Amino acid sequence: MSTTANGHRLLEVEDLVVHYPVARGIVGTMTRQPEKLVRAVEGISFSLDRGELLALVGESGCGKTTTAQTVLRLIDPVGGRIAFDGRDITTLSNKTLRPLRRRMQIIYQDPYESLDPRLKVHTTIEEPLVIHRAGGSKTQRAELIRDALERVELTPPDLFLDRYPHELSGGQRQRVAIAASIVLGPELLVADEPVSMLDVSVRAGVLTLLDRLREGGLGILMITHDLSTAARFADRIAVMYLGRIVEEGPASAVVSDPQHPYTKALLSVVPSRDPRERSQPQILTGEAPDAVNVPSGCRFHPRCPLAVDDCRTIDPELERVGEARGHRAACILVRR
Amino acid sequence: MSSLLEIEDLNVWFDLPDGGELHAVQGVNVSVDGGGRLGLVGESGCGKTTTALALMGLLPSNASAAGRVLLDGTDLLAGGEETMRPHRWVDVAIVFQGAMNALNPVQTVGAQIVEALEEHGQARGRTARAQTGELLEAVGIPASRASRYPHELSGGMRQRAAIAMALSCKPQVLIADEPTTALDVMVQAQILELLDALCRDFGLALLLVTHDLPVVAQLCDRAAVMYAGEIVESGPVDSLYHEPRHPYTRLLFAATPDLHGGDIPVSIPGSPPRLDRVLQGCPFHQRCDRAFARCTDERPLLKTLDAGRAAACHLNDVPAEVA
Repeated sequence: MSTTANGHRLLEVEDLVVHYPVARGIVGTMTRQPEKLVRAVEGISFSLDRGELLALVGESGCGKTTTAQTVLRLIDPVGGRIAFDGRDITTLSNKTLRPLRRRMQIIYQDPYESLDPRLKVHTTIEEPLVIHRAGGSKTQRAELIRDALERVELTPPDLFLDRYPHELSGGQRQRVAIAASIVLGPELLVADEPVSMLDVSVRAGVLTLLDRLREGGLGILMITHDLSTAARFADRIAVMYLGRIVEEGPASAVVSDPQHPYTKALLSVVPSRDPRERSQPQILTGEAPDAVNVPSGCRFHPRCPLAVDDCRTIDPELERVGEARGHRAACILVRR
Repeated sequence: MSSLLEIEDLNVWFDLPDGGELHAVQGVNVSVDGGGRLGLVGESGCGKTTTALALMGLLPSNASAAGRVLLDGTDLLAGGEETMRPHRWVDVAIVFQGAMNALNPVQTVGAQIVEALEEHGQARGRTARAQTGELLEAVGIPASRASRYPHELSGGMRQRAAIAMALSCKPQVLIADEPTTALDVMVQAQILELLDALCRDFGLALLLVTHDLPVVAQLCDRAAVMYAGEIVESGPVDSLYHEPRHPYTRLLFAATPDLHGGDIPVSIPGSPPRLDRVLQGCPFHQRCDRAFARCTDERPLLKTLDAGRAAACHLNDVPAEVA
């Protein structure tokens, strides 16, 4: 376990809970219908070290993006604790949080939308420095910007500094977004589906770039629905279902020795690029129930092919499974 | 021996606002047999969706098409809209990308399918409603859901409804343009299983247009790889993966992550050429790791190789020991 000089992990999340109220509408309010909640995240714990890439995987609505945004305090949790480099940031005010913000950055899915079309590459990357009043003199800033472009492999930087987003390819845009996020020298990077909008032929390049930044000590929390990508690029994988982590562990262990029935089903439906490896997909019927009406007991039990009576009442906790160190799953059948 | 659907030397040009032309589809040849599943794969801008729209006669007004689209020997393009209309939706139907969001939000799913049936003179009134129920059941939606509005159905169910609507005239060929792209992996698996069953049970010919190689590898028996408006390689999916005869096919597979494949995926450097200019040499030569002198000067033609395979690459002319 790599920790900092002061002995703290980069990010520690404990029992995080995030709820959103559901709009009742005027009729609902007047007839005093009970307030409903979207239970987006319901008590999840994980940690991230420097130089580590953790992939949070799951289907839409499982709470992975909410988790990522809450970790950065872009959304306020209703419970739990978030510690960044040993410091509890769960309830810090925006003002106190501000100096910490430059140490944690985010990149989004769609580089066509996340970059301001009116700003040149140079201005886009300079903006975070301006906002945080960082980077020193104009000459020093210019140096930082060039350095960031080089780190994202947009070289020589002079070729890109004066371009507008529409003059760049999708892969180049995402690299500019990454450059803008690393120019402040953050320690934590949240990457929300960083390559899903990109063409297949350039995805690998952006992921390899993230991998290189990770090697340089950056801690990366990657949100993805693509298990193949997680399998190839993550150190650890956490599988989410309806606001919970149902399985977590080293990427190789989760992929080759899955323990939770949901993980097994999810992996079985990932198509292989090799036509000879036509798998026997274990297709779950229906779609994940919404987070307003969370099932009792194990929240996966209505779709679980193995569910027994106890699954309806017992809400399983993550417990050690398998051979690999740090491999955990939340299923009473695995524990037995 | 002729196939059910044969596309011969299809070309599509778009008029650009500046007076120029963009040659989006450049002499495409593909064919699909009855009950066959052909994957048309490539990256954005390669012309795969334009090809699909051209063979439905649904190109926008600033586009012009030339070539032949033969359905059972009849050229659908020969007389423009006149020859296309009797076959569109009736013999060849398409499920568009994001079709689950293309349903009319203020009409029930059932009413929309009834309308499609009546519009094409397939059935009326009670018969049309009964057929709607059957169509919904065929795509895995309980007939009772016909009275639901699109927003009351999940994304996967809406995609099924869109497929049911495309099938309303019992077409021989179904074109599916990125049918699973916006869906979660579990729902994707459900839709792929459905397409598989439709081909198997009803002898439907499928043209699957997608950027997703693993989906093609799992669902299709043959594939055609498009690059810069042309088909650079075609053949059985198994040989495309195991013995590619065009570097682009090989590099595209190598860029695709696989759950259990050991290699770290590698990007293809550079980007595709602009199609509003005349291309010199092989359109892929600037990104190719095997390019040689001939590739920059001479454009390779799609040549038939062994066992139903074809590729447009000069390397196939070079004796193996030299290459």
